[in-house]
Amino acid sequence: MSANYEDRPRGGGGGYEADDDQDRRSMGGRGGRRMHRRRVCRFCIDKVDLIDFKDVRLLLNYLPERGKILPRRISGNCATHQRMLAEAIKRARNIALLPYTTD
Amino acid sequence: METKRQYEVVFIVDPTVDDEVVRLTDNFKQVVVDQGGSVTKAESMGKRQLAYEILHKKEGTFVLMEIEGSGREIAELERRMRVNDRVLRYLTVRVDEDRRRAEKLKGRRQAKATKRNASSSQSRRGPAVEFADTNSE
Repeated sequence: MSANYEDRPRGGGGGYEADDDQDRRSMGGRGGRRMHRRRVCRFCIDKVDLIDFKDVRLLLNYLPERGKILPRRISGNCATHQRMLAEAIKRARNIALLPYTTD
Repeated sequence: METKRQYEVVFIVDPTVDDEVVRLTDNFKQVVVDQGGSVTKAESMGKRQLAYEILHKKEGTFVLMEIEGSGREIAELERRMRVNDRVLRYLTVRVDEDRRRAEKLKGRRQAKATKRNASSSQSRRGPAVEFADTNSE
């Protein structure tokens, strides 16, 4: 999978590819073409008001191999939910439910 | 009178002292009660792998407690956990404000939904009445 996001600074390859398949339904094509990713916030659709830091299964969806928080431009989350998600991930990291880094 | 605050406290106990967990939890519960708080929930989340090593330990027993009180019992509880070698890590989160907010959003959404339902059923009734009128003419 040699996905190359238009809006990512060049030389990315930071390991964001793995998790975002579900958010990227139709890509128009390859090579400099703008990719049409569905920009939808999963949490808005599911009407989530609270993101629990103990819900490791959920949080792992937004943590690519490297252990970094998946940016909003890729996951398509809305600002509110991205904020809640980031907060939850950071709490989970503190209590060793999630890693700070993976190497 | 100040409103009660709700907290979630998660702490990790060294799993090598397995029977200790229950005793330790009861101990902490007692601390909270002594300080004038109340424990609404205390459950073990079981032994699980730590995402990273803490004090060269790779596993830990996670315990979740929900506490209601003024905040003073949290201070004492955290102090106790800090000095206890068996507690590898703890995390306290105040949850009442977030929960209230979530509740509010939910309420607002429901109100909207019922409103929409009411208006749509009214519009459905609208033409039916009209139709009945024309019939009677």
